[in-house]
Amino acid sequence: MKCQFCEKPATFHITELTEPAGPQVMHLCEEHAKGFLHKEASPPMTAIASALAKQLSQGSDDLEELDQKECPVCGISFFEFRNSGRLGCPYDYTHFEADLRPLLINVHDKTEHIGKKPTRSAGTADSLARMIGMRREMEEAIEREDYERASEIRDELKAMEDPIAPPANDSDETS
Amino acid sequence: MKREADFDELARYTGEWMRGEGPESDIVISTRIRLARNLADFPFIRRCSDEDRLSIERTVRARMESLTDQHWEAAQYVDLEPLSEIDRQLLVERQLISREIAESNGSRAVAFDAAEGYSVMVNEEDHLRIQVMKSGLDVKNTWEQVNRIDNMLEEVILYAFHPRYGYLTACPTNVGTGLRVSVMLHLPALVITEQMDRVFRSMQRINVTVRGLYGEGSQYTGDFYQVSNQVTLGHTEADLLALVGDEVAPKIIEYERKAREALLKNNRDDLHDEVSRAMGILSTARKISSEETMHHLSKIRLGISMGLIDQLDVKVINQLFLQSQSAHLQKLQGRILGTAERHARRASFLQHHLTGKEGLWN
Ligand SMILES: [Zn+2]
Ligand SMILES: [Zn+2]
Repeated sequence: MKCQFCEKPATFHITELTEPAGPQVMHLCEEHAKGFLHKEASPPMTAIASALAKQLSQGSDDLEELDQKECPVCGISFFEFRNSGRLGCPYDYTHFEADLRPLLINVHDKTEHIGKKPTRSAGTADSLARMIGMRREMEEAIEREDYERASEIRDELKAMEDPIAPPANDSDETS
Repeated sequence: MKREADFDELARYTGEWMRGEGPESDIVISTRIRLARNLADFPFIRRCSDEDRLSIERTVRARMESLTDQHWEAAQYVDLEPLSEIDRQLLVERQLISREIAESNGSRAVAFDAAEGYSVMVNEEDHLRIQVMKSGLDVKNTWEQVNRIDNMLEEVILYAFHPRYGYLTACPTNVGTGLRVSVMLHLPALVITEQMDRVFRSMQRINVTVRGLYGEGSQYTGDFYQVSNQVTLGHTEADLLALVGDEVAPKIIEYERKAREALLKNNRDDLHDEVSRAMGILSTARKISSEETMHHLSKIRLGISMGLIDQLDVKVINQLFLQSQSAHLQKLQGRILGTAERHARRASFLQHHLTGKEGLWN
């Protein structure tokens, strides 16, 4: 038997217990088994795959449409998320909120955080999105060697990161 | 925070978390807690440009360097990109970094203190993965330390946080607390008495994941299992820690203790024979794979815990587990070794450490 991730013989057989999928056996070579074991226990792909499969089996005619939906901040499509199991940016939790909710319920059985909170926060999801956009803009400015604009944006970002400092001029409004 | 690490030196020592002490250390190898965190003003890793990744790495490094916390002074910051493959593998074997980050590309780094057993990976699946490891079952102290590092970093780094969904992570399975608490257990008696399936089944109804390592067919049986929380959202950190540390792990420990008692009572001779054979093979073999080594070391560890071998310390076994791994062997040898050379080197390394002292046999 060959390793699930490469051509080497599978000498390790790891049983993974996940809910709701139940036990799953993975066949791995020594190298991959080590990586797998040392990685922490949650197998996100299996959890996500089974949650999404459940969603799909519940009959969704709109899936094709949903797959094409893209995040305006990072550009990830729902299709790409479904395939990789990884989101593209913090704003995805807002942009795909309704689409992710069934998955969160499937995986966590809950949809509301009740744990630790940071003492500082960027505020709303929109300001998070704006900060990512501004950083992109700053990189573009650096690329075209417009260092003046780049440092302006850098200062604005800094002000947004520091809740005590007065809010910087809103670039969205002035541009 | 220091900006370099001596990898030759690192290979020579085991971390504090491997010292084989701490509560329940006859059964519990280690407790590990990690927190997943992301910077507020960057896309997640998957959608990061090379510049983004570089910028994250630089930002985090600069912010970490600005910390004056005395506990942070001994931390070593290592840029993983220019590092040799063998040094990266060494960090993987010590569990200071994940195999994923070792094998990925682009700007990535780790800040760690090997002695203290903490590390912060930069640009893994999330921008930051903060983890602390301790010897034995020690959820409370492990949490205190990881929480303290998180609080310290939070003062200089603005995290992506959503009032409803908590700490935002690249994978929705980590969102909320971003917390994973894992306890590594050595359960040879439950394996020998074929009770692991029952343990698995009883755990399935609770929100935990149990994972084990098995060898090929019936030839080798892995005895190490990791228990961790499955969910991260909708529970407090305290609840998740209690689930694994106060509820599930103690239950499995109790099962293993009972199985060990039963073995001593009913199969003492067989067990003693098996432990002695394991000792014999590791003391005399001329070539050995890491898989076979692990199998026999597991039996020896059981023998020590059950008083069947009394002149060998579990600390030595932990050290052999660590240093008989490929990168450690090569680092200690001071050069790259091929597979056959590694097997031979491993055998002589084990022989030296197991027979170097007199009167190992009981
Ligand atoms: Zn493989
Ligand atoms: Zn996005």
